[in-house]
Amino acid sequence: MRFIVDKGRLIPETLAKNDKDAKPISHIDFPPSIQLTPGFHYSAELLSFVEGRQLLLEELPFPLDLIQAHYEHGYLSYEKGIVKTKHGWRCMRCGNEDGRFFASFPCARCHTVCTYCRKCIMMGRVSECTPLVVSRFSFPQSRYLSPLSWNGTLSEGQQRAADAVENAIAQNGELVIWAVCGAGKTEVLFQGIARALEMGKRVCIATPRIDVVRELAPRLKQAFANVPLIALYGGSEDRGKFAPLVISTTHQLLRFYRAFDVMVIDEVDAFPYSVEPMLEYAAAKARKEKSSLIYLTATPHPAWQREIRRGTRKAVTIPARYHRFPLPVPSFEWCGNWRRQLKRGSLPRNVMAWVQSRIETEKQAFLFVPHIDVLEKVVRILKQLDERIEGVHAEDPERAEKVQAFRDGRIPLLVTTTILERGVTVPNIDVAVLGAEDDIFTESALVQIAGRVGRSAQYPDGDIRFFHYGKTKGMVAAKRQIERMNKEAAERGLLKTQ
Amino acid sequence: MNCLICHAPYNPLASWQHFLTLKNADCLCVKCRGAFVKIDGEICDICGRPFAGLERSHRQGKLCADCVQWQKDDEWKDVLTKNRSVYMYNEFMKEVVALWKFRGDYAIVQAFQDEFCREFYRHFDNTFCIVPIPLSDERLYERGFNQAKALAELLALPIYEPLCRRHLEKQSKKSRLERLRTENVFRLSEKTSLRGKHIVLIDDIYTTGTTLRHAAKVLLKAGAASVSSITLARG
Repeated sequence: MRFIVDKGRLIPETLAKNDKDAKPISHIDFPPSIQLTPGFHYSAELLSFVEGRQLLLEELPFPLDLIQAHYEHGYLSYEKGIVKTKHGWRCMRCGNEDGRFFASFPCARCHTVCTYCRKCIMMGRVSECTPLVVSRFSFPQSRYLSPLSWNGTLSEGQQRAADAVENAIAQNGELVIWAVCGAGKTEVLFQGIARALEMGKRVCIATPRIDVVRELAPRLKQAFANVPLIALYGGSEDRGKFAPLVISTTHQLLRFYRAFDVMVIDEVDAFPYSVEPMLEYAAAKARKEKSSLIYLTATPHPAWQREIRRGTRKAVTIPARYHRFPLPVPSFEWCGNWRRQLKRGSLPRNVMAWVQSRIETEKQAFLFVPHIDVLEKVVRILKQLDERIEGVHAEDPERAEKVQAFRDGRIPLLVTTTILERGVTVPNIDVAVLGAEDDIFTESALVQIAGRVGRSAQYPDGDIRFFHYGKTKGMVAAKRQIERMNKEAAERGLLKTQ
Repeated sequence: MNCLICHAPYNPLASWQHFLTLKNADCLCVKCRGAFVKIDGEICDICGRPFAGLERSHRQGKLCADCVQWQKDDEWKDVLTKNRSVYMYNEFMKEVVALWKFRGDYAIVQAFQDEFCREFYRHFDNTFCIVPIPLSDERLYERGFNQAKALAELLALPIYEPLCRRHLEKQSKKSRLERLRTENVFRLSEKTSLRGKHIVLIDDIYTTGTTLRHAAKVLLKAGAASVSSITLARG
């Protein structure tokens, strides 16, 4: 697609009478938007389709001349998809600025060598000649009276956080909720979301993980039974829809634009991916200019932890689990050069002993390892101990089946590479890490791993063992973080007193 | 380096061969490269279909049953001299082609450079006329590029575009019979003389061979001496 400029307005070449100066939109300087013409007979269908979104022309099932008429009357605007920066390019849809994720091709739409973004290509190509269509008009939003149908109770720690969330939402503020694994983060949001819906605000919960979207949606649907809710992820049926309550993955969020009054980002620093810059960008773009921003995290980034301690970043901690038992603390155990041993086809003696004792006492366990190649070797060795032991990794096609088998107790010990199985809360398990010194096991990763243990009230304790070949800062920091949370919980009286 | 397809970081194998011949390092990681399966071993003389894994009943001597059918039909006999394909159209190739052609990630074509060229020069040479299968104008606009032409450009030989294509609904929605029956979507775009020329058509996938034969027919009618083809994958 190319445009010409006529009296400060963009006109697609196919609609222009004279297309001899047509250029890709990224090569044109044009005023940002046109003033709204009152009294224009707009298409409510088109405007409600585009509202709060930033879409490609091919994503709009409307004729081009209708779209153009809405642009000319100020109801829609065209924006550049790719912008040239000092050092290269920026994709305005996904925020990518990494030169490795741009490529060029001889484009049949604009007849130039056209640069496009490879990072968000799965959502349709954004190139130099791609206009992004955004809405300049919004319909009044509906209010919901007492929308919350959940009547559970919150722990003391949760209640304090819930009040803070409600406050932040009412005042369009920013807030970090730092809640330990198993604190019950989701319930903390309910009160604030209810307030937002009463005020006619639109709420979005964004997460990098599709599993989280699938898990949260039914819980929120139940809590807000009378409020339309949509869950957006690749392949979901709700794509293309809009509702006052939206749960979305990063990619789906990229299609939104100044749509939400409340943005909740869940799983900041979700292991194994430290915060994706794309999620950060998508969330910033999808928020209204005046809106609140709530981060939910179990393990904030070290820089954030410092800011929180100094008081320069507003945060509330929930240091205790909902069952009011302290977090189990990991212990370290040196296991020598385990990689060399693995090459010879064996595991360090203490690691073997640990596994053997889980099998003997029939206590289920996870064994985390740093990489897939390690995983395969470890599984081969452990299968000699017990045939039922299995390994699972992120791209394992049988991942779901194996996790289910573990849940059902058919697998006594699961060797795993990532914490993709973090949604797996199996009561009464132990956890060990082999090679805890590896770079992949950052502070937050190790805290998350430790967080698998003692989740249920019946079995609030368990063994967490970090087998290592040299202690790392990450290991020490993870342990310190857990101990600090336990200390704070005790001081605040959030733990059970025996 | 990061893999062109899966974007995972990897260490490209650097050997003396790369150093001495200034051969470029692979743009794919070992895992992605290994997921493509090249066609070798015994193949159908005409369409290049591998005989390995094919039922015996689908083979008659040097030809596959499909090509035997084509050869029996006077209208289609010897229209396509031969087709050769570089890779099997396996699940991984399907995924990659979808990303490349339908999502429009043009850069992927680079991953096929070496093996596509090698396969071309194994069967043809630079005296052949290179003709990519065209897209209809509508489809070309929709995709932004013609994947067959992108492949043709890998050869760094002059490209001829004597054909144009009428817009029809997407082929994949039709059955083989329907496809066979459909009239020819290709025609000559201009009065070019192809007299005596040996042509190699280029396309991304050989499925039934109908598209290539329709194009070949138009070219033969315009005087071409022979029409062969090379495709990236064999469905």
